[in-house]
Amino acid sequence: MLVKLKVFRFDPSKDKEPYYQSFEVEADPMERLLDCLNRIRWEQDPTLSFRWSCGHGVCGSDGMRINGICGLPCQKLVRDFKEEVLIEPLPVFKVIKDLVVDLAPFFERYRSIKPYLITKTSPPEQERIQSPEKQHLFEEAVRCILCACCTASCPINQNKETEAYVGPAALVRAFRYLFDSRDEASEERIALLDHKDGAWGCQTLWKCTEVCPKEIPVTKQIGQMKKRIYEAKHKR
Amino acid sequence: MIYNHDIIIVGSGLAGLRAAVECADQTNVAVVSKVFPTRSHSGAAQGGITAPLGNEEEDHWEWYFFDTVKGSDYLGDQDAIEILVKDAPRAIYELEHMGVPFSRTPEGKIAQRNFGGHTRDYGKGPVKRACYAADHTGRVVLDTLYDQCLLHQVKFYSECYVLSLVFEKGRCAGVVIYDLATGELNLLQSKAILLATGGCGKIYKTTSNSNATTGEMFDLVYQQGIPLEDMEFVQFHPTGLYPLGILVSEAARGEGGILRNKLGERFMERYAPTVKDLAARDVVSRAILTEVREGRGIDGKDYIHLDLTHLGKEKISERLWEIASFVRIYLGIDPAHEPIPVQTTCHYIMGGIPSDVNGRVLADAKGSIVPGLYAAGECACVSVHGANRLGCNSLLDLLVFGRRSGMAMKEEIAQLEPPSLKKDSLKPAEEKLTQLLKQRGREKIDPIGKRMQGVMMEYGSVFRNEEGLKRGIEEIRSLRDRYRNIEVMNKGKGFNFELMEAMELGHQLFLSEVVLLSALHRKESRGAHFREDFPQRADGDYLKHTLIFQTPKGPEVRYKPVKITRFKPEARIY
Repeated sequence: MLVKLKVFRFDPSKDKEPYYQSFEVEADPMERLLDCLNRIRWEQDPTLSFRWSCGHGVCGSDGMRINGICGLPCQKLVRDFKEEVLIEPLPVFKVIKDLVVDLAPFFERYRSIKPYLITKTSPPEQERIQSPEKQHLFEEAVRCILCACCTASCPINQNKETEAYVGPAALVRAFRYLFDSRDEASEERIALLDHKDGAWGCQTLWKCTEVCPKEIPVTKQIGQMKKRIYEAKHKR
Repeated sequence: MIYNHDIIIVGSGLAGLRAAVECADQTNVAVVSKVFPTRSHSGAAQGGITAPLGNEEEDHWEWYFFDTVKGSDYLGDQDAIEILVKDAPRAIYELEHMGVPFSRTPEGKIAQRNFGGHTRDYGKGPVKRACYAADHTGRVVLDTLYDQCLLHQVKFYSECYVLSLVFEKGRCAGVVIYDLATGELNLLQSKAILLATGGCGKIYKTTSNSNATTGEMFDLVYQQGIPLEDMEFVQFHPTGLYPLGILVSEAARGEGGILRNKLGERFMERYAPTVKDLAARDVVSRAILTEVREGRGIDGKDYIHLDLTHLGKEKISERLWEIASFVRIYLGIDPAHEPIPVQTTCHYIMGGIPSDVNGRVLADAKGSIVPGLYAAGECACVSVHGANRLGCNSLLDLLVFGRRSGMAMKEEIAQLEPPSLKKDSLKPAEEKLTQLLKQRGREKIDPIGKRMQGVMMEYGSVFRNEEGLKRGIEEIRSLRDRYRNIEVMNKGKGFNFELMEAMELGHQLFLSEVVLLSALHRKESRGAHFREDFPQRADGDYLKHTLIFQTPKGPEVRYKPVKITRFKPEARIY
C-alpha cells in the first residue's frame, strides 16, 4: 500500500526555519513506520536523519512524535494509518537535526536521581534474598527503555515555567530503586524526590502512562512514590 | 583534537561496560560507542545468564563444563571454558549485588529456567541453569552496568564511530573517531584499547541483530594483518519472529513451549529424542529448515510454529511479557491462544578476534600478543563457544571476559608511559573520509548492501556447499567492485547516517568474504557450520581453529589446534 508521510525537517547548518516535507513510499501493511522512514532515507532522501537501532522497541532509540503522540515508529504498523502520517521530533528537547533531538538534559535528570542501588551493609557471599512479591513491586518499572516518550509528552515538562521538573522517566527509575527491598537509602532518595521539581512536580495528568511503549503504569508509580514520601514524613 | 586516556573501550554493551566498571576507579577510562550506551544490542538479550547455582535443582560446574564443550561441537578451548563455567556463580552474585532485578524462587533466591543444551548429569535431561529477569535479562543487566558506570564517573564518547586503529611502534595506541553529531574527527590515545563491539548479524538479511551490529571492527582488525578466528561459525537462532526475524527467546521453550510443523507434529522428538525442543541451537535450526525443505513448513512457507498455548496466560505474562508484546504488536496474535510463526534468524557469531583468556589479542597461530590491544565479548574468539554457542552463555562470556580484560589492562598499564601520537595519526582516516565524500559514482549504497545480505542468506547461512560458497564469494567480490563506484549523496556534517552506512558497508563486504572463505575451506560439518557436501564431522582433519589472514596476496586460511583438557570428542546426540 501507498503510505504518505509528512516529515519535520530542520538542518541548522542551512535552514533558517524548520519545514515539513511530504513523502510517499510503498509498504506492506504489516511493515513498521520505521521501515517507511528507512525507505525514504535509502531511496529518496539520504539527508533525512533519525536515530534507530533494535527496531523492535527494546533499545529506545527512535522516540518521535507520530500524529502528535509520542511513540516508537518501530512499534507502529503501517496498516494502522489510513491518512497522511505526521512525523515530528520529540517535543521538549532541542532539535539537532530533523528528528534527532538533544537528550543530554534528559539523561542529566536521570542521573540526578541516583539511578543505582545504594547499600550500606556488605552483601552476603551469595545472592541477597528477595521474595517474588517484593520483586514484583518494581518489576514493571524495569521495563523502561529510556526512550523519553513519557517526559516529552508530559505537559509539566512542556511548560516553560515548570520545565525543571525531573520528569516521569527519571521518576520511574527512582521508583525502581525506592521500592527495591535491597536498597538501603530510602531516606536519601526521599529527600531527593521530596520537592516541587521532584515527585511533587507530577500533577497526575496521565500523559506518560498513555504513551509508554512498554506499558509501564508510570502515573500510578509516581503516586505510590508520593504516598511513600508523605508517610515517611508523617512518621517522624 | 587529541584526547588522552589510560584505557579506551570501544563498545558499550555488557563486555565493554563490565570492563569499564572494573577499571574506572583506578584509571582514566573512556568508552566509545556508535549509539548511546543503553541502546547497545546486549539490551536485546532476553532469556538469561547461565550459572550452575543449583537454586532450582541439583547442578554442578562439571556438568555445565561438559554441556558447553559438547555444545561447541568440541571446538571450544577447554581451558577457557573451564574458567568461564567456574567463574559463573561469582559473576551472577556480583550482578545481583549491583542491583540486577533477577526473578526469584519462592524462597527468594535467583530463579533459574531451562535452556537449550543445558543438561543434568552429562546429557541425561534438561537442567534449570539460566538465571533470568523475566524475558528482559539483557535489558536490566545493561541498565545496571550503565548505572554503575554513572556511579563510577566513566567518560563516554556516545554516537562516535571508530574509523581506524592507530599503532605506534607496533603497539596499539589509539583510535580515530568520527563524531556523528558534528562530523568531526578526534584522536583518542591510550595505553590500552579494548574492543567490545559485538557481532555482525547485519551482513545477513534476516537477523535478530540491531542496526548497529554491523561488524566493522572485525575488518578494521583484519586489515591490520591480525587474523580472524573461526568466522565460518555463524549461529542461526531457531526462533525469530516471522517475518521480521526479531528474537523470540529460547526461554519460551525453556518454559515449556513446543515447536510444531504444519501437521501439528512435535518434530523435535525425531531430531533430539532426549531433550527435544531444548536441543542446542544449531540442531534445532537445522531441524526446522529440514521440516521446511520436506514441505512441512506452515502454509508451505519457510516458517513453523512455536506453541505456547498450553502455558497459560499468567505464566506468559509473568515470565515472557516482552515476547508476548512483540507477537501482539507485530502479528496481532495473543500467544496464549494462537501459536507463534517463527523462522531461523542470524543471531550470533561464534568466531571473532582471537584473544587469550585475559582478552589479549593474538597475532598468529603461535599466540604472539598484539601489544596494547584487547578484545572481549562477541567480537572476540577466546574460544568458549567453539562451533556453536549455547543459549545464555553469551551474557556470561561478556561479564567474565569483560572483567578479566579490565583487570589485565589495569595491571599492564600501571608500568607503561602514555603514547605520544601526533596529529598526523588522524591523517589517513581523514583523507579516506574526504575521498569518500568527494567521490562521484553511479552506485548507491542501499542496493549493494541489500544484495550482500541476500548473498549471505543464500550461500552462507544454515546449509552450505562448495558450489554455493564459491558463487557467494564471487558475488561479494563483484559487489566490492561496485562499491568502489558509490557516491554518498549526503554531504552534511550532522547525523549523516548515509556516510556512516557507506563506511560500514565497505567493511562488511570484506567481512562477508571472510565468512564465506572460512566456510569454503572447512570441508566438514561441525556445530553451526553444515556442509551438504561434507555432512559429517571430521575430527582427523578439522578439529582445529580456522585463522584467516589478510595478506598482500589476498586472504589466506591457516589453522591452530584446539585445547582439549578433559572431554575427548564424542558423537553429539541430544
